[in-house]
Amino acid sequence: MALYPKPAEGSWTEHFPGVGTGVLSYEDCISPEFYEAEREAIFKRAWLNVGRVEDVPRVGSYFTKEIEVAATSLVVVRDLTGQVRAFHNICRHRGNKLMWNDYPRAETAGSCRAFTCKYHGWRYDLTGKLTFVQQEGEFFDLDKADYGLVPVHCEVWAGFIFINLAESPEPLQVFLGAMVTDLGGYPFDALTERYDFTADIRCNWKIFLDAFQEYYHVPVLHSQEATPAARPKMPGFEAPYYNLDGPHRMVATSGPPRRLWPTDYQYPIEIATRSGLFGPWNEPDLGDDLPGVNPGGIKAWQMSNFQIFPNMEILIWQTGWYMLYRYWPTSHNTHRFEGSLFFPPARTASDRAAQECAVVMFKEFALQDAGMLVGTQQGLESRAVRDDFPLNDQELLVRHFHNSVASWVDDYQRAHPVSVTR
Amino acid sequence: MPLPAEFADLEPYLAWALPTESERYARRLDSSLVEMQTFYDAAFPRLEEAIVYCDEHPYDDLPEDARTLLRLMQSLVMVSFPVEVWKQARVPDSGAAYLTVTAEPVV
Ligand code: FES
Ligand SMILES: [Fe+2]
Repeated sequence: MALYPKPAEGSWTEHFPGVGTGVLSYEDCISPEFYEAEREAIFKRAWLNVGRVEDVPRVGSYFTKEIEVAATSLVVVRDLTGQVRAFHNICRHRGNKLMWNDYPRAETAGSCRAFTCKYHGWRYDLTGKLTFVQQEGEFFDLDKADYGLVPVHCEVWAGFIFINLAESPEPLQVFLGAMVTDLGGYPFDALTERYDFTADIRCNWKIFLDAFQEYYHVPVLHSQEATPAARPKMPGFEAPYYNLDGPHRMVATSGPPRRLWPTDYQYPIEIATRSGLFGPWNEPDLGDDLPGVNPGGIKAWQMSNFQIFPNMEILIWQTGWYMLYRYWPTSHNTHRFEGSLFFPPARTASDRAAQECAVVMFKEFALQDAGMLVGTQQGLESRAVRDDFPLNDQELLVRHFHNSVASWVDDYQRAHPVSVTR
Repeated sequence: MPLPAEFADLEPYLAWALPTESERYARRLDSSLVEMQTFYDAAFPRLEEAIVYCDEHPYDDLPEDARTLLRLMQSLVMVSFPVEVWKQARVPDSGAAYLTVTAEPVV
C-alpha cells in the first residue's frame, strides 16, 4: 500500500524520462580505470564546493583545500576588494607548495596580507600577482607579471564557494540549474553555528553517497532511530516527492515534527534536551518565505535533501538547520567524507545542549553507514555478481546519480578519444 | 567549588567534564558500560535542572562552575546512546569506522 500517491506514470522512476528501470552495474565503483576517467571527466570539469564564505570572513582570510582526485591543492582567499579567489597552491619559482603549516599534505587556514613561499621567499599578493622575488637581479630577463599564481575559476552561490578546474567552464548558476538555485534565498548565512566532521572511508565515494540519497535502508540499518515502541509502526520508507534537474537531484520527506511524537517514541535524552536526530525542537524563526526548500509543495514537509552533482549534499530541515556533506575520492576504493551541521548560534545553554544531542545522534547513525559500506565495497569487488543490481522506486536518486556519472564520463570520452596503439 | 553547590553530588564524575567532542568520545570508548551507566544514573535525573541552572547565566559569559556543569552534561549526551540503546561503547557493526570532529563551538 503506497503511503503517498505516485505520479501518473505509476512510479517516480518512470515519471522522469530516460532514467530507466533496468538493473544497475556497480563496475563504476570498483574499476581503477573508471576512476581515472572520473578524475578527468567529472572532477576536473564540474563545479566543486570547497567551503562557505564564513571560512574567509575578512580580507586576507584564506584556507587551503586538498583535492586528491584532481592531484592538486588549492588556496582560497578573500582579496582586498572582498572578492573570493582560488589559486593552485603552488609557487611559480620551483613548484613548492605555497601555503601549509607543519605538514605539507595537511590543510591549513589563516589570515595574511601576502602569500610568501617558505622555500626562497617569493611573495604574491591576494590577487595572485607576484610582488617580490628574492635577489631578483640574479635572474635572467624575469618579468614578474608572467609569474603570478595559477588562478582557478571560483564563484560563490548562496554563500557556498565553488571552484572549477576546467579552462572555461559554464557559469556556476547555469551548472547548478533552477532546482538548486531556487534555494538561493534560504538564510544559510543565519545558520553559522557549525560542527565539522571528517572521516577516511574505505569505499568508493559513490557507494557512500548512495547511502545518503535513499532512505529505503533507514528502517533496517538504522532501525534504532525509532524507539522499541515506535519500531513496529515503521515498516518501510516512502518519500512523497522526488525531483531531478540535469545531473542534480532531490528528495523530500514529510511527517509531524519529532517533538509532537508520543513520549515512548522518543529516547529519554531527546526529551530531556528537547532535541534529537531531526534537530533541536525549539525552531528558530527564519521567516515564512523559504523559497525552493519544498519544491513539491508537500504537506507536513519535514526535510529536503539536495544532491548537487557531483559530490555535494545540502539537507535542509523544517526545524531550521541544515547539513552539508561532501565526498572526496582519494582512490577507486577510498574517499574522504566531510559532514557539517549548521545551526543558528546558541544563545543559551539549553540551545547548546539541544545542538549537542542532534550532533551526537548524527554521529551514532553515520557510523552505522561508515562501518557497513566498507563491506559493500568488498562485496562488489568480489565481482561474484556483476552488472545485475535491481533498484526500486525509492532508489531513484541512486539510479539517476550513476546514470549522470556515466553520461559525464561518456561525453568526455567522446570529446577526447584515446588512441589505442597495439 | 568546581561544580555549583546544588550539584556537588556529581563531583565524583568530574573527569567527564571535558571541553571537546574528541575528548568526550575518547572517554566513552575507554569506559565500560558499567562506568557509563553509573555516570548516566547519577547525572541524567539532574540534566533538566542543570540546563535551567546554566540558562540563568549569560551563555557567552558562563561562570566557571556552570561551564564545568554544562561540559559534564555534554558527556551525559555522549554516553546516552551507549546506555539507552547500544548497550556498549561503540556503535554496533561500525567496525573500525571513525568520524572525527574537526571544528565545534567549545563551551
Ligand atoms: S619554490 Fe617558492 S620561492 Fe622558490
Ligand atoms: Fe544511512
